[in-house]
Formats: sequence, C-alpha cells, structure tokens
Amino acid sequence: MPSRTGSHSPAGTGKSLPERGLLLLMVLVLLEGSVLPLGAASSPDISHQKNVDNHKVEHEKNYTKKAFPVLDLDYHHIQTPFEISLWVLLASVMKLGFHMIPRLPGIVPESCLLITVGLLVGGLIKLAGEKVPPVLDSQLFFLCLLPPIILDAGYFLPIRPFMENLGTILMFAVVGTLWNAFFIGGLLYAVCQIQPANPSELHQLEILPCLLFGSIISAVDPVAVLAVFEEIHINELLHILVFGESLLNDAVTVVLYHLFEEYSAAGTVTVLDGFLGIISFLVVSLGGILVGAIYGILTAFTSRFTSHTRVIEPLFVFVYSYMAYLSAEMFHLSGIMALIACGAVMRPYVEANISHKSHTTIKYFLKMWSSVSETLIFIFLGVATVDGPHHWNWTFVTVTVILCLVSRVIGVVGLTCVINKFRIVKLTTKDQFIVAYGGMRGAIAFSLGFLLKKEQFPMREMFLTAIITVIFFTVFVQGMTIKPLVELLAVKKKQEAKRSINEEIHTQFLDHLLTGIEDICGHYGHHHWKDKLNRFNKKYVKKCLIAGERSKEPQLIAFYHKMEMKQAIDLVESGGGVNLPSAVPSTVSMQNIQPKKPPPAKPVEKALPKMTKGREEEIRQILRSNLQKTRQRLRSYNRHTLVADPYEDGFSELLIKKQKMIELEKKIQHMNNYLTVPAAPPDSPTMCRARLASGRGTDFKPAQQQRGNKISPDPQAYSSKPAADRVPTIQVDLASPQSPDSVNLMDEFRRADQQEEDQGLMMKPPSGQSGPNRPREEDRGREQQKMTRCLSDPGPSADEEEEDEPFLP
Amino acid sequence: MGASQTRTEHKYQDLADKTGFSLEQIENLHKRFQQLSNNEETINREHLDSIPSLANNPIRKQIIEAFFDKRNQHQDEVGSCEEIGFEQFLMVMSHFRPPSLKTTEEEKEAMRKEKLRFLFNMHDTDNDGTITLVEYRKVVEELLSKSGDIGQEAAKAIADAAMLEVASTNVPHMDPDDFYEGITFEHFEQILKGLEMETRMYIRFLDVETPTLRCGKSTS
Repeated sequence: MPSRTGSHSPAGTGKSLPERGLLLLMVLVLLEGSVLPLGAASSPDISHQKNVDNHKVEHEKNYTKKAFPVLDLDYHHIQTPFEISLWVLLASVMKLGFHMIPRLPGIVPESCLLITVGLLVGGLIKLAGEKVPPVLDSQLFFLCLLPPIILDAGYFLPIRPFMENLGTILMFAVVGTLWNAFFIGGLLYAVCQIQPANPSELHQLEILPCLLFGSIISAVDPVAVLAVFEEIHINELLHILVFGESLLNDAVTVVLYHLFEEYSAAGTVTVLDGFLGIISFLVVSLGGILVGAIYGILTAFTSRFTSHTRVIEPLFVFVYSYMAYLSAEMFHLSGIMALIACGAVMRPYVEANISHKSHTTIKYFLKMWSSVSETLIFIFLGVATVDGPHHWNWTFVTVTVILCLVSRVIGVVGLTCVINKFRIVKLTTKDQFIVAYGGMRGAIAFSLGFLLKKEQFPMREMFLTAIITVIFFTVFVQGMTIKPLVELLAVKKKQEAKRSINEEIHTQFLDHLLTGIEDICGHYGHHHWKDKLNRFNKKYVKKCLIAGERSKEPQLIAFYHKMEMKQAIDLVESGGGVNLPSAVPSTVSMQNIQPKKPPPAKPVEKALPKMTKGREEEIRQILRSNLQKTRQRLRSYNRHTLVADPYEDGFSELLIKKQKMIELEKKIQHMNNYLTVPAAPPDSPTMCRARLASGRGTDFKPAQQQRGNKISPDPQAYSSKPAADRVPTIQVDLASPQSPDSVNLMDEFRRADQQEEDQGLMMKPPSGQSGPNRPREEDRGREQQKMTRCLSDPGPSADEEEEDEPFLP
Repeated sequence: MGASQTRTEHKYQDLADKTGFSLEQIENLHKRFQQLSNNEETINREHLDSIPSLANNPIRKQIIEAFFDKRNQHQDEVGSCEEIGFEQFLMVMSHFRPPSLKTTEEEKEAMRKEKLRFLFNMHDTDNDGTITLVEYRKVVEELLSKSGDIGQEAAKAIADAAMLEVASTNVPHMDPDDFYEGITFEHFEQILKGLEMETRMYIRFLDVETPTLRCGKSTS
C-alpha cells in the first residue's frame, strides 16, 4: 500500500473528488455490460492512453531525434482507475483472506475485521507521511458504494414476509426513528446545558444542531445490519423487521436531515415548518417509491423484448435501477426507497422474461457488487477514522453512546407494546431484545455527518468523532456479542430456505381458503384485497409486461418449473447429466421400474424381492434423472440448461412446438382408441401385442380396462387380469415379482375410480344433472387416462426422448 | 322481550364457550348467517354457492364442502350433511380463529393440530386417513382450475412431484417395490411444519359491527 501512496502526484491530487467519483462510476457502468474482471477493465483505458502517448512521443521524436524509448513510465494517466482497482483488489483479497483463517470468521464478524484493516491501512498511509485520501467521501459513497447494496437488498427482498409485517416495519422505521432523533437530540442538548463545572464549548451548542445530530445518529444502517444479520442466521421475522426498518427509515432521515440543516441556519422552527416537514416526508417517501416503481415497470417492459439479445438483458436491470436511484436523488427523494421499489417491482416480471442464464448473471453480479461495496465501505470507514480531524469530547461522546442505546431500547419496547395489540404473532421479549440490539449504525450516518459544512456547524469534527464512536460501538460491541446472545437466548433460527412443492401448494391453497372464508364471513379483510390485487396483476399487468405464454402461467406452475429446473441443474452439475441426452440404456431400466415406482398411490402392501441399497439408489437416481428430463423437455425450459447454448433460443421454440405436437397427437390417439374401440375385448392377445409393440401399451391399457369395467363391471374385471399380468411381463425384464403388483394396481384403480365417481356425484351435482352422460364419462375416462399415463409416465416420454434425439444440437 | 334477549345471550354464551368466539363476533357471524340463509334456520350449499365474491375462487367447491363435512364439527361422525345450522357454521368458522396473546404452548400445539386436521380433511375426501395420489391431484387440479388448459396439464405433474417429495422425505428408505399409500396425517404434519399454520391460518373476525364493510349477498 505505501507504494501506492508514494506515487501520489500533484496531478492526481489536483483532481477534484466529484470527478474522481464520476470516473469510478463510469468504470463501474462500463463494467456492467462486460464480464471482465475488475483489473482487466482498466487495461483498455491504459493501453489507449499509452497509445496516445506513444503517438505524441513519436511526434516529438521527429525533431529531437532521441533514442526510441523502449520502456516508458507514465503513471499519471492511469492513476485514478489504477488506484480504484487497487482499493477494490485490496477489499477482495481481504474478504478472501478472512475465510482462509480458520475459526476467525466464527468469532469476529467480518465488518469488524474490515474496519480494523481499514484502520491499519490508514495508519500505514499516515506513517508514510502522505495525505490520506478522503475515501469515504459522500459523493462516492452515495453514488457508487451504496446503490449496489441497496439494489441487492431490494431485488432479493422477501416480499411476502415484508408485506405481512409492513405495519410493524413502518412503525419502527418512521415512529421509531423520529422518536430516536428527538430523544437523542433533545437530551443531548439538555446534557450540554447542565454542565456547570466545565464551561466548555458544549454550551454553545444549540438545539437545532443537536437535533440534526440526533437525526443523523438515530437511523439504523442497512449496510451494517446486513453485514451482521447475514452471519447470525436469525429467523425470517426478526430479520425482516430490523432490515426492513433500516431500509425504510431512509425517508425519515433524509427529511429530518434536510429540515434541520435548513433551519439551523435560520435558527428557528415554526409550526408551519413542522407541517411542511410532514408533507415533505410523504413526498420524499411516496415519491421515491413512485419513481422506483416507474423504473421497475419500465425495466419489466423492456425485458419483454430482449429475447433476441440475451447478452445485454442483465444490463437493463442494473441501468434502470441505477437511473431510478439517480432520478430520486435528483429531486432529493429517497433514493433507497426508489431502489427498493424498483427492484421489488421489476423482479417477478423480469424473471419471467429473461433467460435462466441472465437470471444467474444478475444474481451473481448483484451479489458481487454488493459484497465488494460493503467491504470497501467498512475499509473506508476505518481509513476515514484515521484520517479525520477528530475532536474528542468525553462528555459528548459517552452521552451520545448511552443515549443511543437507551432510546433504542425504550423506542422498541414502547412501540412493541402498541404494535402487539394489532399483531397476531406477538413480538416476545426476546424478539424485542434482538430488534433493539440489532440496531446498528453505519456508514450512512458517517457520510451524512461528512456532508455537513464546517462554516455552518463549528462542531462538525466533534459530531464526526461521536458518530464514528457510535458506529464502532455498535459494529464491534453489539456486532460481536449478538451472535453469542442469539445462541444464549435460543432465538429461533432461520430454517432451511428451500421451499418444497408441497409447501407451495398449501400456501396457495391456504390463500384461497382464507379468501373464501372471508367472503363467506362477509367482510373484506387482507386476504380479500390481496386476492383482488393478484387477480388484477394476472389479468392486466402480466399481459403487458411478460412476453409469450408465460404471462398466463399460474404461480404454482411457475414455481414447479423453477424447482424442476433447479433439480435438473443440480443433477447436471453433479455429473448425473453427462449422459442425459443419450440415455437409452437408462430409459430401458426406467421402464422396468416405473410401474412399481412408489409415489403413485397404491394402498396395498405386497411382498417384495429384496434389493441391495446400492442398486436401489442407482435406480432411484436413474428414475429421477429421467423424470426430470422428460418433464423438462415437455415444458419450455430446455433452453436454459441442458441444450447447448448457441442454439438456445431458436431451438427452444422448435422443441416446444414439437413437444406440443407430440402431446396433441398422443391425446388424439388416446381419444380415438378410447372412443372407437370400446367394444373390443381389451385382453384379446392381438390387441395387447399390438399395443405393446407400439411401446405405449401400458399407458392406455388400464384405461381401456377401466372402461370395460364401467360398461359391464364384474366379468370384464376378472377376465382382464391375465392381460394385466402380461403387460409388465412382456415389457419388463425383472418381470416375475411384479405381476401381482400390477394386478393390485389395476384393482386399486378401479376402486379409486369408483370412489371418485361417488365423490363426483356428491360434489358437483350441477354438472351431473346438466351434462349428458356421455361427455361426462368421456371426461372421466380422460382423467383415468391421465392418471394411468402418469403411473407409467416415462414409457411414452422415453419414446419421445428417442424421437427427439436427432433434433438436439 | 327482555327475557328473550337474555335467552339469546345465554345461548350465545354457550356457543362462545364452545367455539372460543367472543359474543360480539358471534353476533356478527349470526347476522351474516341469517343474511346468507335468507333468515332461515339452516343453510345449504346453494346459499353458499351464490355468494358473488366466492365465484372466482378456484377451490370454492372444497370450501363449501368443508362446511358440510361432519368431521369438522368436533364430533366423531363422518359423512356430510345437506344443511347446517348456525352452531355448525360457527364450529367450522372456529377453525380460523387467530391465536390470542394468552395461548400457551400446548394450546398452540393443539390449535395447530386442529387447523391441520381441517386442511387434511379437506383433502382426504373419502375419509380413509390418507390423501392418496388421486385425491392430491384433484386438489392441485382445483387450485389450477382457473388457469385453463395449461393448468390442467401441469396439475398432474405437480401433484406427482409433490407426492414424490412427500414419499421421499417421510420414507427415505423405501425399496423400489414399496408403494407409498398416500399422505397420512403424520406425514401431512411433517411436510407443513415449515408453514407455521397456527400463525397463518386465521382471519380477523370482526368484533364490532361495521356495516360499511359488509359485502351484500346478491339476490340472484
């Protein structure tokens, strides 16, 4: 690091800070499109500038005739990007380093270590006798370092818990922050006044600067909260409460800050000003949300048309959100809220539109940026601490720290008392403690303090020192102790995040159920409005913002596809997918197993041949892979993972169409079979043979029998047994142990069908009465077919697989 | 008049003890009940079926059926009835009470079980103690019934995948020849552990009369 500072040249220092910030910004924006590593990004710049240099040199050479400079050193031209890269590199290496040290990350949170590194670096720079660069400059912080973190938070915001707890979060964010600001500011002023023994400069402090200081110091910081809460894996409710608060209190902070800054110059505040402040708060927060939502919708709309240029898809997400942030900041609206709204609004639509790879890209880029930003922020915080002109006032600093803690505790406890009256899931004492203890302060407060002007606020240095102390206290003391405390109190931890398909089904079911019950109760509650909103979203918004048929896809199906795809990817990554495209042998064994596959419900226990564990696992694996494969192929998702990349888009369309055709054909064929040959004895050997030959025999075979049963129940049922016996025997290698199964299976089906018939009559009397008999039977038959087809699903799919092979790239 | 007033109050008190609703809530629900039943003693399927806002609910049939399911009446009867009185109506509604501040852990657990049982009964239409694949498919199909053909196509696949998941999580070691019969209540509890039913399956019953919030029942 000293070498870096040693080369600090006059030209470099001459550059003003905003310029430097802008340059960094530009580099970042440039980076957005390319997947270049950070170091490489600056190299084009360098080479370009060098080229220019060389030209110049050559020019001069014409008349000086000096020896051609083989090696030239010109650091100035690259200085700024080079230094930026160095900082980023330092941050990344540090982050890397912490996780190499065994056991350290478990004890000390990363944020603490990073601040320590920052302190060390700053100290080294100072030792080298250089001027410490004002790294945590507000411009740089608010325009470059903060947005990635907030966008990351907004884009991946867990909407459901957030909305469910919105009331509580708003209460903490708005009322809590207001309370903190006024409590700290007011009491601080009081303490400053009652210090008779030591007539220090504290007496000069007026009420408005105190309140300004209070509003700066009172806001919980999202960066610090994220850094600590990511590590302690606390349960979702607490996480969203503290984190949501830290995001939403931005509007309050912005308004209070501007309000007090404005009036501390004037010296007085009237009631009208207070009223204007409230209006301003509404404008700032709602305006921010509006700006964000507009950009979010724009993003979603743009992503509708990107299917031909997948490469730049992620760029839209980043650029639009950044513009949302800048636009909001332009009007002094809450940029953080704009970013959150933008990310949250665009996400569902963008995800439906973009390709899976783009989605992964977005995810990784956001995570990368936010983690680099976070690291840089903490390091810079350390450096700025060394750098800053400090003015240490014991009274002021200690009183501030104590007041921060006290006001936080009182605020949380008091507010929970009110909130708990309205909440169904009450906040326990433990929860309150964690919420209060998790109120970290961070770099936003520092940057806001940094923005204050020395002329206007003579106590700026003292404020900064106090702010830094509070930040250090929260990050070091609270950050380091919160983890053991969480364990000590046995606060509920976060559960495994992976959502199962069953949970998804039942979440949806529950939503509809509760909406229905509310309707029956006859009053409109949350669920009713949520349902309304969902329907509106489905009916209009999705149509506009999502391209193609995915706009009509219900949430459950979308979830299912996502899950399927994830599994498929896992499978491919685990190596199981290597032979996926040409898994002919596996399809055969598939057919062997499928009829006796467990999940299809078969309520009859049977004696079974023993199999070794290994074999079982193997079979399971094969089975799963095949299931995955066929399902995936049938849906429109092959483009994402398994099919080779370059042909991705074109081929996917083709494949979908083909699948559709095949499906349709099959259906028609089934229908025909079913409608035209009902009288034919289903167990006539030739028929069996023919169907088996076609490879799909097993599929509609039981359905045929079903139908036979329906027409003349008993004799057919018995006579069909031998045929049923034969079906698997012919097709399957390990046939013999299975035959009883299949018989049972058939029986079961019959039984199930009869039950279903009963229920059907019971549950939908209108259809039973109104519809003519035949179509209904047909319907049921089709259902049966679906069912049976499902039972032996991979049969035909396997066929399809083979048919498709030539079309695969 | 005064006598009858106290008698209804007394009657409500009974119901309140049984169902856990407050008297005001019962009063409100009773008004709604009468509104739905056109001031008759009992309510039948058509009455519920004609609630306009219910028309868009994909699982309308199951919801209505649940009201007439005897298993949800805290008695050991099975089967379904044609019409229900106010008490039965309240009984079904009581499954959707929110947990209060004072509920202890055991009560919460009992509440959770009860709510889950209600859900389970909605799925287990034939009351054989298991949700079979057929029944499960039916559920998913109903859920997706508003989304047309795509829904119906996918429903089957989704139900299968879900069933597979249940089977694999609950019976991790199964021989390939074993057959998973269906979801038992224990397994059902297991798979929905993460959903925290006791805190989610509730609606807010009105304590005070708010006529403006009430949605009328269409006369058709």
